[in-house]
Amino acid sequence: MTPYSLAFYLISFVAVVAALFVVTMRNIFHSALCLILAFFALAGLFVLLEAEFVAVAQVLIYVGAITILILFGIMLTHRLTDKGVRQASEGRFISLIVVLVLGALISIVLRATRFPVSSEEVAHPAIPYLGKLLMTQYLWPFEVVSVLLLVALVGAIVIAAKDEVIRKKAGG
Amino acid sequence: MLSSAWLIPIVPLGTFVINIFFGKRLKGASAYISILAIGFGFFYSLGILFRVFGGERLDASLLWVPLAGEMRLGVGLLIDELAAVMLLVVTSVSLMVQIYSVGYMHGDIRYSRFYAYLSLFSAAMLGLVLANSYALLFVCWELVGLTSYLLIGFWFEKKEAANAGQKAFITTKLGDIGMFIGILVLLANVGSLGFKEVFHFAEAGEMSVGLITVASLLLFCGAVGKSAQFPLHVWLPDAMEGPTPVSALIHAATMVAAGVYLVARSFPLFALSPAALEVVATIGIITAFLAASIALVQNDIKRILAYSTISQLGFMMTALGVGGYTAGIFHLFTHAFFKALLFLGAGSMIHAAHINDIRQMGGLFKKMPITGWTFLLACLSIAGVPPLAGFWSKDEIFLEALRTGHTVILVVGLLTACMTAFYMFRLFFITFTGIYRGDHPIHESPWVMTLPLALLGFMAVFAGLPGSPLMGNGFHHFVHFEECGVEPSGMVMALSILAGLVGIFLAWLLYYRQAWDPRKLIKAAPGAYRFLLNKWYFDEVYQAGVVRPVLGLSRVLDWIDLRGVDGGVNGVAWVAVLISKIKRLFDIYIVDGLVNLSGAFFMALGKVGRKFQTGLVQNYALVLLFGVVILVLAKLFLGG
Amino acid sequence: MITLYHYLTVSLLLFGIGLYGILTRRNAIGILMSIELVLNSVNLNLVAFSRFITPQVLSGQVFALFVIAVAAGEAVIGLAIVLSIYRCRNTLDPEDINLMKW
Repeated sequence: MTPYSLAFYLISFVAVVAALFVVTMRNIFHSALCLILAFFALAGLFVLLEAEFVAVAQVLIYVGAITILILFGIMLTHRLTDKGVRQASEGRFISLIVVLVLGALISIVLRATRFPVSSEEVAHPAIPYLGKLLMTQYLWPFEVVSVLLLVALVGAIVIAAKDEVIRKKAGG
Repeated sequence: MLSSAWLIPIVPLGTFVINIFFGKRLKGASAYISILAIGFGFFYSLGILFRVFGGERLDASLLWVPLAGEMRLGVGLLIDELAAVMLLVVTSVSLMVQIYSVGYMHGDIRYSRFYAYLSLFSAAMLGLVLANSYALLFVCWELVGLTSYLLIGFWFEKKEAANAGQKAFITTKLGDIGMFIGILVLLANVGSLGFKEVFHFAEAGEMSVGLITVASLLLFCGAVGKSAQFPLHVWLPDAMEGPTPVSALIHAATMVAAGVYLVARSFPLFALSPAALEVVATIGIITAFLAASIALVQNDIKRILAYSTISQLGFMMTALGVGGYTAGIFHLFTHAFFKALLFLGAGSMIHAAHINDIRQMGGLFKKMPITGWTFLLACLSIAGVPPLAGFWSKDEIFLEALRTGHTVILVVGLLTACMTAFYMFRLFFITFTGIYRGDHPIHESPWVMTLPLALLGFMAVFAGLPGSPLMGNGFHHFVHFEECGVEPSGMVMALSILAGLVGIFLAWLLYYRQAWDPRKLIKAAPGAYRFLLNKWYFDEVYQAGVVRPVLGLSRVLDWIDLRGVDGGVNGVAWVAVLISKIKRLFDIYIVDGLVNLSGAFFMALGKVGRKFQTGLVQNYALVLLFGVVILVLAKLFLGG
Repeated sequence: MITLYHYLTVSLLLFGIGLYGILTRRNAIGILMSIELVLNSVNLNLVAFSRFITPQVLSGQVFALFVIAVAAGEAVIGLAIVLSIYRCRNTLDPEDINLMKW
């Protein structure tokens, strides 16, 4: 057991358990907190995959922005206690079955596929390389994503705003 | 000449056809055509008579009608002495009546129709006497019956006349049934209906006496009907509803004589069965007595004459029954003339007084001398006063009765003769003498009516002479059956004259001299009077005993028929309704059901289908995932 | 040795859990969180593939970055919608939001 594998198993375990708590906790706040934990675990996995920039970006954006947003949302909606998962048993059961089946199928597919694993070294350092990719090969998606974010921003404001505010803004 | 004698009935038949189709246009001329036709017949008959006198005979079939197997029916002529005499009687009286009717029926709306019927009748009657077989005779017999119905009911607007025609037809039809059966019996046994064949067959001993008796009696049934013998005499008095010329022709002289003629013609058959002859004689004398008794108290002039006819027909049958073939025919011969005269005379009186009731007449002699004198002559004739015709023929009958030992018949006959004289002179005295009790201006009838009266009056007086010893019993030598000749018996002659004179005397006392009041006599025996007045209640008995049950039966049958037919129809309708109800149910439940079913099916499908639309996002997501699973599975196991 | 398959397994687990959460959570925000989980598992997948199959070309990482960005945008919009719904219906339970029910 190398330290690498140990780290992997540990972080994976945390990630999965955290994810499980996210989907099963009654208290939505606690659920959000578990989500944070899951995100962190995932960042750790990214580090293990030698994708440091992604790991940091994950922590910054996911944990730093999205979960905060979620928490704000939770608090704004005043519903700390969730009625929990679907009461009707067949709903949960069916979903479980379907998910399990899907999971099984995917795993079968994965098992059957021979991925052409290469044994090369990861590119070092990654960041300038990523930067170059972003600015050359993926420039177009990059710009679109920024526009997308702008749209999302405006859209969110419009959707979430109270009606009088919109009318005032439109009329006034 | 004899072989063309078929013209005699055919010419009037042609007249009938013409008058039926063109009568309306011909109007008055229709009568003259008819008279011409019968006149032709009369002169032809005279010619035939002379030929037959000279010894000519004819028995020939002119055409044949095939029956089943080998049998055929002959249609042809038989001319012998009997036929010749009958021809003369029928044509002469018909001629007189047709001339008379020009005056009597003047102005009637159906004038030409009347002459058409008269012609048809003459044709049928002439055919009857000329027939050489029972087949043709029967056809003409029925035709005669039909025309008598048509003529009796000529004024059918009057209910009594229509009913009388019906009564005549039905009553005679009853007799005709028996006659028809008799004819069939003959046909079955002999194989032919020609007179010659039948008589040869019978005389040759091929038929048993019993069979001959049966056949004869059955034939006699027809005669009973047509000649108004007891018990089928009831139609004749009612038949007086017809016009008086009709009464004269049919019911005095000719049709009623058909029955007598039938017996005479079938005499070879009857002669072989003494039993049948006895029956004939008995019925004849009963009829004669019965009718005379009723005539005593009747007040309708035509009714009196009707019963007189019945009575005289009875005499004729009696004569034949006791074996007096010649006597019977002779009486028929003389009777035709004086009876026709009586009827035509009565017609003249009715025409003048416009009424039939003798109580409303009286003192007519002064105003209607011709009618009066001729009527008187007829009365004397029928009463049997010599040397008039009636005496000789009646005397003949009594002689025959005595000769064959029928003393009872002789006695009753004499009594009846007395009654005959009485009622005839009662009639005469009441109507022609005394004071007129009516209110209609009386005048003599026109020459078309009085001329026939005069001619017939002549015959009534002199027609008897051929049969009298004064002319050597010529008639007997002419018309006879086997032996001929009867010795006149002074006793019988005296008795018959006496009977007649007694009757006349009594009538003279009661009605001319008014010595006794007839009403007192009536009061003395009211029951008897009513019995006679109501014709011995024959009609009532028949009505209750025959007519009512038959009508009842027909009502029952009608009820059954109505029920049956109605029931059947209703049943069919009910079944049809039932079927349609079933179909309706079928239509509603099955056809509509199918339609509804398809609708319900899709609705159910929809009901199930829309459960998918829960409106819940998570459900949609689940379904989506499910679909993905399916796709993956499909790709894994099928696509590869 | 930790192979690609290990990472893929983890990613699959996370994916399944996230999916289960989407299907069963009775809180709309909970659903959003589950969606983030799924997106994260995808990210993990991308990076793992990039690391093991083309270590020299870092397209997978770039893709993962884009995913993160879009996920952020999507989370924003999603929350805005959830808030809006909360204001109208006063409920976050997706079971109660069934106007589209038959």
